[in-house]
Amino acid sequence: MRAVIAFDGVHAARSGHEVLRGVSFEVAAGETLALVGRSGAGKSTILKLINRMLEPAAGTVRVERRDTREWEPTALRRHAGYVLQEIGLFPHMDVSRNVALVPRLEQWTPARIAVRTRELLALVGLPPEQFATRWPDELSGGQRQRVGVARALAGDPPIVLMDEPFGALDPLTRAELHREFRRIQQQLRKTVVLVTHDMREAFALADRVGVLDEGVLVACAAPETLRASEHVVVRAFVESMEA
Amino acid sequence: MAALVEFWSANATQIGIRVAEHLGLVVASVGAAAAVGIPIGIVVAHRPRIGGPVAAVAGVVQTVPSLALFGFLLPLPLVGGIGARTALVALILYSLLPVIRMTAAGLRGIEPSVLEAADALGMTPRERLWQVELPLAFPSIIAGIRVAAVVGVGTVTIAAAIGAGGLGEYIYRGLSMVDATVILAGAVPAALLAIAIDLLLLTVERTVSARRRRRPAQAAVAAALVLVLAAGAAWAAWPRQERIVVGSKNFTEQIILGELVAQAIERYAGLPVDRRLNLGGTFICDQAIRSGDIDVYVEYSGTALTAVFNQPVDNDPARVLDTVRWLYADAGVSLLDPLGFNNTFAILLRADEARARGLTRLSELGAHAPEMRAAVGYEFLERQDGYPGLAVVYGLSFAEPPRAMDLTLTYGALAGGQVDVIAGDATAGLIPALDLVQLEDDRQYFPPYDAVPLVHGTTLLRYPEVGTALARLAGRVTPDEIRRMNYAVDGESADPADVARAFLDALDRSV
Repeated sequence: MRAVIAFDGVHAARSGHEVLRGVSFEVAAGETLALVGRSGAGKSTILKLINRMLEPAAGTVRVERRDTREWEPTALRRHAGYVLQEIGLFPHMDVSRNVALVPRLEQWTPARIAVRTRELLALVGLPPEQFATRWPDELSGGQRQRVGVARALAGDPPIVLMDEPFGALDPLTRAELHREFRRIQQQLRKTVVLVTHDMREAFALADRVGVLDEGVLVACAAPETLRASEHVVVRAFVESMEA
Repeated sequence: MAALVEFWSANATQIGIRVAEHLGLVVASVGAAAAVGIPIGIVVAHRPRIGGPVAAVAGVVQTVPSLALFGFLLPLPLVGGIGARTALVALILYSLLPVIRMTAAGLRGIEPSVLEAADALGMTPRERLWQVELPLAFPSIIAGIRVAAVVGVGTVTIAAAIGAGGLGEYIYRGLSMVDATVILAGAVPAALLAIAIDLLLLTVERTVSARRRRRPAQAAVAAALVLVLAAGAAWAAWPRQERIVVGSKNFTEQIILGELVAQAIERYAGLPVDRRLNLGGTFICDQAIRSGDIDVYVEYSGTALTAVFNQPVDNDPARVLDTVRWLYADAGVSLLDPLGFNNTFAILLRADEARARGLTRLSELGAHAPEMRAAVGYEFLERQDGYPGLAVVYGLSFAEPPRAMDLTLTYGALAGGQVDVIAGDATAGLIPALDLVQLEDDRQYFPPYDAVPLVHGTTLLRYPEVGTALARLAGRVTPDEIRRMNYAVDGESADPADVARAFLDALDRSV
């Protein structure tokens, strides 16, 4: 198993206080890792360390065996698609231009961009003939997040980082997008790191689940292993799911 | 209203030129302010620690009254001086604040998640700025430019005071002639211009905010292109040929004299002339002739002595001219021969009454004063060199103490017979119009205000024909002539240029 992402004894601080304390884990190619924890446990910080929006105070973060500090930031970020909870679609671009952003930055030919855009919209369940020329403010929350996912995948990055991507959606839409996620992931086999505070979501989508508590990774294992864990924080999360 | 339309149709070409000058100044200054202000606004939004103080300075500049700002800029090298350049600098300074503020506000108003997405997707800072931040801030930036342009239209009217041209020329001329028609002839187009620019930019702003089927980037490029083209056109239209620049202060007599001098140079020296008539006062004219921004203007000897050079009052006309001549020589300005009239205070009587009493000189008035009533302006009554001194020097004691009233009303009071003597202005057009006579100041009580052309030193060296041309006017503009011309403009609404032309025609015939 080849480790695409590797954290080794990572400490990180944000606005003066420590949010990660000695975190180590690896993510293999094609694997989906979910990170679970309370708000402020350091989940989003881990994502931002992977694409070098932040740098570690101590320890190393490696992406494809290279220290992130050796990566050129924009190259690294185009190597790792990013999906935000707030989605952050560009309000001045229509759906197709939002999706085509990274290919445009990479200066693909217009024809190649057009093909790719249609392909991706179809992949995320938005018929291109219906959605390509719509504007972000004309879409429902679920449709917007589908566009967000398509945009993250547009440059065909090997890694996808997802920061509570389904957190703001209603339960029905969320369940629908969970199904879509599994379908797409089966098809594309990206290396995915997904942050959520919902243990049920983590168990439903991930190959392995990491549990963060006050900046410490207290467990990182397959769902069935976690169910048997004795750790008090892990137990609390598992029980929250069953309640 | 009919008079206004008549004035416009009679001066259509002139007004077209003024509108073009006005628009050119606004477009050029707002264009430059956008070119400088938008980058500053970006810095203010991205790095408040560096940008904050810059924005604060721009804010302070905004609070300086425009006339005062023009005054500060006048004596400065490079940016200062008379004309469009100084106005442009001042206008740019005024336009900066709204542009900076609205650019920064537009950038700060962008949703953080959108910026985070731009970073996380791997946009470089430059890509993020051009493809995300500026397009999203564009409506706000346009709103800032809109404010700057509308304020600019108003400020340009004031810039006429320093010879920048534009519609303010009419407003100032109208103010000095107390002619509402002329004021409106400038004010109405200026207001329409402001409204038109406001609507145009509002449309751009709306179109861009609506952003349906329209790329803001393209609209931005189009708008920028239009601005650049307009600024270029304004620049190209700017007069750059070597010309003799004639200035004048902003009241009727000065404008007539400015025209007279300008036309004499055109007619006798055959040189092209730029007119900077209506400059806002002695100080501005003085700065301009010293720096060479204007080549010629007409000053009064007494004003030069006391107001320009801060010397004590002197009542001897020849001595005043001598003193002033060498003071100006030190400043690099040549004093030519006096034109022939003295714009001083004048003690006036009705012509028939003066004839009946056989009065021509002030020294003869003392004997008749006890049978006569007098009226004077408020200021003249108070000033030590006004009535109190006059009464002592000429031993005047009227039937009752002189009545104090508004200076312009005293002429009517005299003509109507309510009073018999007034202290007026020696060149007032009303003197011939109301059939009044001036008593000679035979004890030289009033300081002399002889009208004399001033020429910038190097101008006379390079264009000696200017001196020859103006020498033809020496002694030819008599008190009667200047009164007649003042009345033609103030009383009969004649164009100063026509009045001056008629004078020169008559002068040519008499030689």
